Amino acid sequence: MSLLNGVSYGLLLFMLSSGLTLIFSMMGVLNFAHASFYMVGAYVAYSIGLKVGFFPALFVAPVVVGLLGALVERYGLRTVHRWGHVAELLFTFGLAYLIEESVKVVWGLAAVPYRVPEALNGPLFTLYSTSFPKLRGFMMLVALLMLFAVWLLLKRTRIGLVIQAALTHPHTAEALGHNVPRVFMLVFGGGCALAGLAGVIGGVAFITEPSMAASVGPIVFVVAVVGGMGSLAGAFLASLLIGVMQTFAIALDWSLAGMLGSIGVAVTESTPLYSLWKLQISQVAPVLPYLLLVLMLIFRPKGLLGTRAD
Amino acid sequence: MTTNALQLEDVRKSFGNTAIIRGVNLAIPKGERHAIIGPNGAGKSTLFNLISGRFPMSSGSIKLNGEETGGLKPFQINRKGLSRSFQITNIFHNLSVFENVRCAVLWSLGYRYSFWHRLDSLKDTKLRAEEVIDSIGLGHLRARPAGLLTYAEQRALEIGITIAGGADVILLDEPTAGMSRSETANVVELIRRVTAGKTLVMVEHDMGVVFGLADRISVLVYGEVIATDTPEAIRANPAVQEAYLGGLHKDGPEDGHA
Amino acid sequence: MAATLRYRPLNLARWVIWGTTALIMAVLPIFFTQGFAITLMSQMGVAIIFTLSYNMLLGQSGMLSFGHAVYSGLGAYFAVHALNMASKGQLWVPVSLLPLVGGLAGAVFGVLFGYVTTKRAGTTFAMITLGIGELVFSCSLMFPDFFGGEGGVTTNRVFGKPFLGVTFGPAVQVYYLIAFWCLVSMALMYAWAHTPLGRMANAVRDNPERAEFVGYDTQKVRWYTLIISAFFAGIAGALGVINFEIVTAENVSAVRSGGVLLAAFIGGVGFFFGPIIGACVFVYFVVALSDHTKAWLLYLGMFFMLMVMFAPGGIASLIMMQVQLVARQRFGRIWRHYLAAGASSLLVLAAVILTVEMTYKVSVDSSGGTLMKLFGVEFDAAAAGPWAVAIGLWIVGGWLFNVTRKRVSQVYGEIQAEFQQGRP
Repeated sequence: MSLLNGVSYGLLLFMLSSGLTLIFSMMGVLNFAHASFYMVGAYVAYSIGLKVGFFPALFVAPVVVGLLGALVERYGLRTVHRWGHVAELLFTFGLAYLIEESVKVVWGLAAVPYRVPEALNGPLFTLYSTSFPKLRGFMMLVALLMLFAVWLLLKRTRIGLVIQAALTHPHTAEALGHNVPRVFMLVFGGGCALAGLAGVIGGVAFITEPSMAASVGPIVFVVAVVGGMGSLAGAFLASLLIGVMQTFAIALDWSLAGMLGSIGVAVTESTPLYSLWKLQISQVAPVLPYLLLVLMLIFRPKGLLGTRAD
Repeated sequence: MTTNALQLEDVRKSFGNTAIIRGVNLAIPKGERHAIIGPNGAGKSTLFNLISGRFPMSSGSIKLNGEETGGLKPFQINRKGLSRSFQITNIFHNLSVFENVRCAVLWSLGYRYSFWHRLDSLKDTKLRAEEVIDSIGLGHLRARPAGLLTYAEQRALEIGITIAGGADVILLDEPTAGMSRSETANVVELIRRVTAGKTLVMVEHDMGVVFGLADRISVLVYGEVIATDTPEAIRANPAVQEAYLGGLHKDGPEDGHA
Repeated sequence: MAATLRYRPLNLARWVIWGTTALIMAVLPIFFTQGFAITLMSQMGVAIIFTLSYNMLLGQSGMLSFGHAVYSGLGAYFAVHALNMASKGQLWVPVSLLPLVGGLAGAVFGVLFGYVTTKRAGTTFAMITLGIGELVFSCSLMFPDFFGGEGGVTTNRVFGKPFLGVTFGPAVQVYYLIAFWCLVSMALMYAWAHTPLGRMANAVRDNPERAEFVGYDTQKVRWYTLIISAFFAGIAGALGVINFEIVTAENVSAVRSGGVLLAAFIGGVGFFFGPIIGACVFVYFVVALSDHTKAWLLYLGMFFMLMVMFAPGGIASLIMMQVQLVARQRFGRIWRHYLAAGASSLLVLAAVILTVEMTYKVSVDSSGGTLMKLFGVEFDAAAAGPWAVAIGLWIVGGWLFNVTRKRVSQVYGEIQAEFQQGRP
């Protein structure tokens, strides 16, 4: 059951990190504001949902977010492009601040009551005594459908072919007559739309509040970097890995002190560094992804399946 | 037998499945001016990159003054007395000409990572930097940011940075690339002046420059040296003529542009 | 060789500049006596040290770090524990020397973390610093004994016998302590930029490959630079402890790391005095503006974004551009256009402020009704009138700004063309 929970969380992470990876592969831009678009997706879906209900919002909100992303690219990012990658990074960095504050100004500081729709409430199935919520199952379904749709788009359509070409050789693609700036706008908008879609679901599964971007943002980065910048498959792998790792870690109450105790070594308050020994894995859980990130960047900066080391 | 300045034995380099350097042997004695010529794609720049430590060799041995340098990092090789210039100008574009050259002399004068010496009060670095700047003829542009120099001036600065540290084995990668006739003549004169008494290895396409400067020439084709000899012998060598397909004329260096 | 006495005009200028700075810092509290102003200046002093230390990495060495608060924060934690131990008599550390404790702690972590982070460069370096920043922040909640848990660690800067009448109780005494350390740190960091290590850091920033080929191990250059930068960050952290008498996990947070990046960038990373300006602007936004409006972070974010898009060299570069114009006597041609563009941009600014504040009032703050007061004018944020005014300001201000901006661009371009042609 924990495994399924971990996988569903991982798939949510993948929805987020896939957009990030696509944008980075294509444009070399590390979109710091990616989690912010996730948040906007949740809020927009909430507001739309108030008028027309959850399921229409599910389709409309990502489009709205995607349009927003395209606008940002066209009028903001493109201006900064000439100053180089660092400037683009700083732009998205500032954008994250801007979006978070704008959300606060429009929707307020407190969490909004973005509720699970009745159709998705309740357990999907029950295994032994624990039940797997319908919502989680829906999350997995949407994520897998999205993955399939993106794969279809990239591999089977003409625009997908152009995107793939522009992924590795933007100048050649442009020389061949494709409107690469328009493709960039499409990809950025598309990546943001994916984040928005994740937000629609993530917003109901977890709490919808102004700090939701900041709480999930860094993890998405870890996923993208660990999986390897530029590799969708790597992002998929890393999402699942980290999703499962986090879910299991939070559930585990082991500590080094406990383990030592079980083999007969007593660790008490007077032992030096006691606070280190008595740490339970569940308490260490928040640190694990970053530890993984740092280790990965030191020993294998390309990530698990990455193609670009920068 | 005196040690050669540079000794390459069966040096090989492959990138993935593509073999770029397929067994190069070279022995360059101290004080020699040696040119490496060859058609595009022969691997000349790669060879330089191997010698200077930019890339590791796949196999083989490179000895600098008798010491093995395979596996050493570029700065380690540089500290042992080898310095190189680049085909695409590689300077510190935000720093002034003077600062560029001063950075190149700091290590050789022993200042290492000091953060307690006031740069401007270090007379020896100033003196040496001024010397080098005068010898490359950029004295009047001392304070200009390097990024604002003309192409020829930047190439001269590139050479200045290369020789400033006092290395005795100098590698110059296409020093006259993209230059006009008069600029080329100036640079040749500059090279002759600043590398007097040192070992010089250069990659060049301009045959006039090569025949004017080199004591010996090696011809690199598809990653192998097909001939190493004096300029006259190379010019007369049929295998070389075939490889170059009319790049060399019997009449003289003026016509010889590859 | 006979020693020759050479008159170096540059030396005189240097003494004048530093002397004036010291004088201004000494004299400020006489003009701004309110408690609020003193605290503001103290905070600016600390921020200046912190931001300058950050620019040693970003502007001088080309290292973009997202985790610099780690060094100032850990320096602060060590300083606060040292201070607590000092007031219990377990350790001799006078308050005036506390910054050295912070600096040392910062430097030690600079050695540790720096070794790991400087193994890579560019975006990878930035990501590792982000990871380590989050790592330390997460750790701060795991070890409550050292980090004080949610409430942080508090202290009292007044203990023991007063020294020459100085207890560091009153805010103005703290200000002078901070001003002293600020001056010393500024001078030292400026001096560092003119040492072999400092210059090679510049070289590594411009062309790391070339730096290797003139005999320098770029990793060592970066690492040593980072250690020194962390030292000064630690000093800033300790001074923050003296000022606020509390350290919390926020001191090592990504928010604070992001803040110093914003400050350095807004001020201008290409000039030494850029971060000084940036620090003051940033502190103003955070401390002073936040009293006037709840949307201050939004304004700061917008300001930062505009800088990134249109003036990536920061405020310092804008100043230097005008200095160049003045020096070459072209300023007279352009100041009228600047004025016009400035006036129309004020209209746009008014539109922005009006819109933001009204939106905030209507959607978030409407519990007390929708009446609000802006620049002394009272109105109802829910009424149509003010919104019409806002829209009017947007349209008129926007159009005017567009026109005047184009004029400024045109004249500036003409002047630049003259410079290119080599005219004096």
